[in-house]
Amino acid sequence: MAELILTRNFHLAESHTLRVYRETGGYEAVRKAFGMAPADVVAEVRRSNLRGLGGAGFPTGVKWGFIPKESTKPRYLVINGDEGEPGTFKDRYLLERDPHALIEGMIISAYAIGSHTAFVYIRGEYVRPWEIFSRAVEEACAAGFLGKNILGSGFDLDIIVHRGAGAYICGEETGLISSLEGNKGWPKLKPPFPAVRGAFGCPTIVNNVETICHVPPIINRGAEWFAGLGTKSQGGTRMYSVSGHVVRPGVYELPVSATVRQLIYEHAGGLPNGRRLKAVVPGGSSSAILTADEIDVTMDVDGLQRAGSMIGSAGVIVMDETVSIPEALMVIARFYAHESCGQCTPCRESTGWIYKTARRIVEGKGRKEDLDTILDVARRGAGTTICAFYDGAVGPYISYVEKFRAEFEALIGEGQPSLVVAH
Amino acid sequence: MARLTIDGKEIEVPAGTVLIEAARRLGIEIPHYCYHPGLSIAGQCRLCMVEIEKNPRLQISCNTVATDGMVVQTGSPKVLETRKSIMEFHLINHPLDCPVCDQAGECWLQIYYMQHGLYEPRMMDEKVHKPKAVPLGPHVMLDAERCILCSRCVRFCDEVTGTSELGIFNRGDRSEIGLFPGRELANPYSGNVIDICPVGALTDRDFRFAVRVWYLDRAKSVCPGCARGCNIEIHYNVRRPHHNAGRRVARLKPRENPEVNKWWICDFGRYGFGFIDDPSRLLAPARREGPKAEEVSWEDAVQLLAGRLRQYAPEEIGVLASPQMANEDLFLLKRLAGHLGIRSLDFGVPPRDPGFEDHLLIRADKNPNSKGAELIGLLPRDGGPDARGMLQAARARRLKCLWVFHHDLTRSAWGEAEVLEALLALGCLIFQGSNANGVSAHAHLVLPSATYAEREGTFTNFQGRVQRFRKAVEPLGESRPDWEILARVGEAVGLDLRPTRAEDLFRELARTLPAFSGLSYRSLGDLGQKVQE
Repeated sequence: MAELILTRNFHLAESHTLRVYRETGGYEAVRKAFGMAPADVVAEVRRSNLRGLGGAGFPTGVKWGFIPKESTKPRYLVINGDEGEPGTFKDRYLLERDPHALIEGMIISAYAIGSHTAFVYIRGEYVRPWEIFSRAVEEACAAGFLGKNILGSGFDLDIIVHRGAGAYICGEETGLISSLEGNKGWPKLKPPFPAVRGAFGCPTIVNNVETICHVPPIINRGAEWFAGLGTKSQGGTRMYSVSGHVVRPGVYELPVSATVRQLIYEHAGGLPNGRRLKAVVPGGSSSAILTADEIDVTMDVDGLQRAGSMIGSAGVIVMDETVSIPEALMVIARFYAHESCGQCTPCRESTGWIYKTARRIVEGKGRKEDLDTILDVARRGAGTTICAFYDGAVGPYISYVEKFRAEFEALIGEGQPSLVVAH
Repeated sequence: MARLTIDGKEIEVPAGTVLIEAARRLGIEIPHYCYHPGLSIAGQCRLCMVEIEKNPRLQISCNTVATDGMVVQTGSPKVLETRKSIMEFHLINHPLDCPVCDQAGECWLQIYYMQHGLYEPRMMDEKVHKPKAVPLGPHVMLDAERCILCSRCVRFCDEVTGTSELGIFNRGDRSEIGLFPGRELANPYSGNVIDICPVGALTDRDFRFAVRVWYLDRAKSVCPGCARGCNIEIHYNVRRPHHNAGRRVARLKPRENPEVNKWWICDFGRYGFGFIDDPSRLLAPARREGPKAEEVSWEDAVQLLAGRLRQYAPEEIGVLASPQMANEDLFLLKRLAGHLGIRSLDFGVPPRDPGFEDHLLIRADKNPNSKGAELIGLLPRDGGPDARGMLQAARARRLKCLWVFHHDLTRSAWGEAEVLEALLALGCLIFQGSNANGVSAHAHLVLPSATYAEREGTFTNFQGRVQRFRKAVEPLGESRPDWEILARVGEAVGLDLRPTRAEDLFRELARTLPAFSGLSYRSLGDLGQKVQE
């Protein structure tokens, strides 16, 4: 078993308290960071090969470097805790079990980019994580880790905790910013990018909860150590959320060089009831599905990209042989049709279209041309929208149909409902 | 500056120019819905995508800034294919109810489908249903099913009027335009959302179902509703006279003029055309002796008027011109008054209620040509009385003949009783105007004027911009343009100026008045030119 970093304290009683966090070496990294120049902190994170763990996998240190040096406006650090990607629940564990790791990571990151106000945007349904994290912020304030002149460093930081209102799109960084600003959660046109013009028109860095939780250990133990845990292009470990047909669903922290097969069979206990594996969604619902033969890939950004899928938010959904892929597509298509923000025409219109088509197939009313229409519509809309939402939806649309086409065709040929769907 | 190539043509544009505008300068129209030069960039419709060399993805041309060396294709196979796809997405949930839609004929869904769509429909499932025929305010009707959610109307109310009545509610293909709770789309510029709506979602409650747009003809004109002089188009129907209850002028639309009104007009101006085809129009010259009025021919009317002008001494005659009249009319009237030696000359009458004014377009002065009247000098001469002085002189029986143009003095700030006392004391009251009013009711001689829509001429707006308006429809009945009536009267009293066209008068005006020097109908063009001050 590899060393645990993010989840090292999860087993401790009261791991969410300041007391336990400090007893296990917490808030030491922030002292060390204050002894460094901000630019050196950025450089350290860049060298660590830490990549964004929210879904896009963008190198974190590089992102921090995009803030214009000459800007005199306030800078904001925004933590994305919206965690809306189906199959993903790692940030929830971090917020509930180790909230001070996030706070310490935020202090160091804010110091690195020169931000004095940081926001944490927590998914609206995450009531417990929100309560626990908010209490941790109060504790940290009381202990002098937040507020004015933190630990005598002269550095100030306030954390504002903001609850979302229930839209998947608010996990997209510019949708999140719109929502944070009090507007409808519509993604914004890029350019300008948030690092140049983000929240309230000011330079803003948006990072995922898990990403920032990695920052204290990087500062404590050095970029080389962190980079060494992973692959050539991605350092460290990450937390995989495993759900579906496995013996032990849950969150697993593993080096990013682990394979899908290892995760399922060595860590999550394999499939229950002796059933056979049919398919795996490796990186949240937006990633292309893998068949049972395609699971010997490493679960880093590049590994899954090579496999024609993506690691995304590392939400692993395991499906055994009892799963109907057309039904799974219908469920996922319903989700994207429901959650499309409606701003860009291709996404607004075709998510509904594809859902209706998938539902019709499942209801036994499929037409011969439906599958080609789904593929064509998905491909035509891909890459034409403001944000990555639709490109995310295209992953499952295309891969489910292409990799399990025979199953769809059988349904269409039979003309019998596989499922009666309540509208 | 940035030098780039669009469709093989080189162009240099100022730094910061977006591609859609750069292309427009080359005469290349990139299809679009959400982009509007007067509004912020939304980038939502995704129709304006172009191919940029070395960029694997198509980019929206409304939000891509032109840079040096850029090579752009607006009609490559990839662009055309994508445009077709986007058109299909725009239309899958559209009700396709063109036969009963008021926008048909000027709908950008129809136009772009014919130019860039022409695919076989594939969406066979039930469309998304939304509210239809929802009044948003006094002028605007919403059909949410026809809406393509380009958000132009929302941005207009947020950015231009700052009133923010509209929003987009719900998500995905259930998204719809609507009013915020408790709000009504009743700002003084609400009609503009109808113009900028590229489809049949927002239609004009005044115009709906009146005339099919392909029966309309258009004339470039200038709004006579206030001193701004917004550039407009008069849309009129004479080809199907049985439509719209015989009303010829069907609607007014703004005409872009960056110096005056940009792309907009106010609702007062937009819906202020009713008088043109109103039953109150004066249709023939008439004389009144006692309670009875009788129609007379133009010849008799002119002779009668010339006789009166000779009968009274110049100091017994007053001329009350109107800032509703064109520069050409005013210039000729001024000459005529000078020829007759009339010193009682004025144009300004204070309204009963002070006019409403705002920061955007609307001016308190509700006349289109006060500046012109001032520059041409329709003002008391050699110590003669002003407008109010004329009424006082009439009451004192010193002024016996008054020639009133257009004004309804009974609705002025002076009060009906005072005005009527003066008018009834006159030996001869002449009213010249387009519609019956409190003055025409008492006039001994009524001369029917054509409206601005029925003639050509120029107005000088409050900025000193001289702008041409052109004839849309024929003068109703026997009404004639003011300058033509004045020319006939002038001929009868021996005036040397004998214009046969409005342009003759403007040429003479430009020749003799320094403020107008150098201007001509040709130089004014469609957007007008400023006087020299």
